[in-house]
Amino acid sequence: MAQISLEHVDKTYPNGYVAARDLSLDVADGELLVLVGPSGSGKSTVLRLMAGLERVTDGMIRIGERDVTDLPPQQRDIAMVFQNYALYPHMTVRENLGFGLSIRKQPPTVINERVNTIAASLGLDKLLDRKPAQLSGGQRQRVALGRAIVREPLAFLFDEPLSNLDAQLRVETRVELSRLHRKLGATMVYVTHDQSEALTLGDRIAVLKEGVLQQIATPMELYQRPANKFVAGFIGSPAMNFIEGVIQRAEGSAGRMGMCTFKGIDLTLDVPCDGESRGRVFLGVRPQHIEVSGDGESRPKAEVGVVEPMGNEQIVYVTLSGGDRLVALASPQELIKPGDIVSIRVRPEGVHIFEGQSGIRIEPSPRPIDS
Amino acid sequence: MKSATKPGPRWGRWIFGAALIGLMLFTLFPFYWAIVASLTSDAALFRDPSLWPEHLIFDHYRALFTERDFITPIRNSLVVAGTTTLFCLVVGTLAAYALARIEFRGKAPIMAFILAVTMFPQISIVSPLYLLLRSLHLIDTYPGLIMPYMTFAMPLTVWVLTGSIRQIPKDLEEAAHVDGATRRQSFTRILLPLAVPSLATTGILTFIYCWNEFLFALSFTLGPERQTVPVAIALFRGQYQVPWGEILAAAVVATAPVAAMVLVFQRRIVQGLTAGAVKG
Repeated sequence: MAQISLEHVDKTYPNGYVAARDLSLDVADGELLVLVGPSGSGKSTVLRLMAGLERVTDGMIRIGERDVTDLPPQQRDIAMVFQNYALYPHMTVRENLGFGLSIRKQPPTVINERVNTIAASLGLDKLLDRKPAQLSGGQRQRVALGRAIVREPLAFLFDEPLSNLDAQLRVETRVELSRLHRKLGATMVYVTHDQSEALTLGDRIAVLKEGVLQQIATPMELYQRPANKFVAGFIGSPAMNFIEGVIQRAEGSAGRMGMCTFKGIDLTLDVPCDGESRGRVFLGVRPQHIEVSGDGESRPKAEVGVVEPMGNEQIVYVTLSGGDRLVALASPQELIKPGDIVSIRVRPEGVHIFEGQSGIRIEPSPRPIDS
Repeated sequence: MKSATKPGPRWGRWIFGAALIGLMLFTLFPFYWAIVASLTSDAALFRDPSLWPEHLIFDHYRALFTERDFITPIRNSLVVAGTTTLFCLVVGTLAAYALARIEFRGKAPIMAFILAVTMFPQISIVSPLYLLLRSLHLIDTYPGLIMPYMTFAMPLTVWVLTGSIRQIPKDLEEAAHVDGATRRQSFTRILLPLAVPSLATTGILTFIYCWNEFLFALSFTLGPERQTVPVAIALFRGQYQVPWGEILAAAVVATAPVAAMVLVFQRRIVQGLTAGAVKG
């Protein structure tokens, strides 16, 4: 097992597309790091750079103590699970699992033994003589996983391995992967565009956007103290609400730390801040920190657009009179119908503030209460 | 697929069936007639040829191999078409792999050039080729036919194989690399086995092309020792008579190897080998 480190890695494609820009990150030995970002964020490219399937334009990649920047994939001793599994269709499950070992000229008895052990642990022992075409999606997924494990590589790379599975199987496999990670104690890098997968799997999460690392932190840290507006909007579901406005020094607050007044079109709110007036800012509030009450008496008022019942809660989409749209979570007991006029209350402790231009988090935002 | 197997209205299926039978009769009739005529005596052929002959005679076939030496043209054709096909597959696969998988400058012009080569009318290059082969002393030799054949067979092979290699998911080779395979190993152990169906298809096409080729074979051979089947058959006709029975018997014999080959490789061609490689 080994750590992986990227130092100032750039990747520019011949057509000018920049997939990674001055990217530095370390994956600790035995850590499961999730690379997450929307499509086009460069997360898969970063994984392919680690695997050696793409060459860096600039910078250095290390696996363990070794500089692997210029090594081809076959010399890096890593394993990768592809999004579409990439099982060799002309080989049986047994041959698929043993391919890496047979390439490395291991004696057949060793290959056989290892393949059998892995197959048994993944519940593939009855399928060893089948071809990939005769397997279900979940079974193929397990073969792909087994093919990676059987070689005992320095590190594992996963490229959206669950995205082809149906919802139920995805959750099961996610748990299985988590268990596997703990059992093997292996260094793993996991790429996904699904923030809930990232939050549940990762020891740490690296958020990428347009080839630039936005934040790398533990799931809790990422959720509670997003470094900028992009991370805040990407992590958490339903996504965080943003309201544009200005921050003014609150009347009578003299100290450096104090209260400010946030003024949006529809919303005026006292928020903790560093006491400075600011120009344009974005107020970020997660849906669970917005309360919707049916009386429609107190301000601000909003009209309910859509209500999505989720069983244990309902997602309420409202429009404020000034046109701002918000998403709120309400308890299932609340009787809210589309078209209702409701009152909105933002809990100040759940507020994040981001600079209007750069989107960078302004500290101190209050520490939100985790729900 | 679903709509084809679904039982439709009765009359629709009848019309479909009738159309199929009609098409089959239309395509198969010439073959049937050739076989029947090759088994009919010359006298009967010229008096009143029948679609349902009462006496089948094998005189024409016997004549083919006793009075004429039809073995030599078959051997010539097999050697020329076989060698051309083999060369084309080996070189063509490597070229197609490079064109499909490796990034290099000038790829598009090369592809365009390969396609352009096939556009020359054969007749326009016969005389320059003849002069070229004569100065190389290759007239009336096997290489003298194989090399010109490659001028049209190779572009076809490269073009078709490039297309089919591009269809094979790149992930498979990448997975092999990560698994520890070198480029050569991923080529021989992953790509090549997966390309077998398209190799078979391309090989058969090339072989049939060369087997049937007439113009070059006529122009670049001098005597019966190196003549191929089409040329030999064309030269059956004498000054005063056309031996239709023998010509048709020869045609049937000439079709047999090709038909046999297609039947042998058919399973390979039809087999969807890449099914299940990646989730589609």
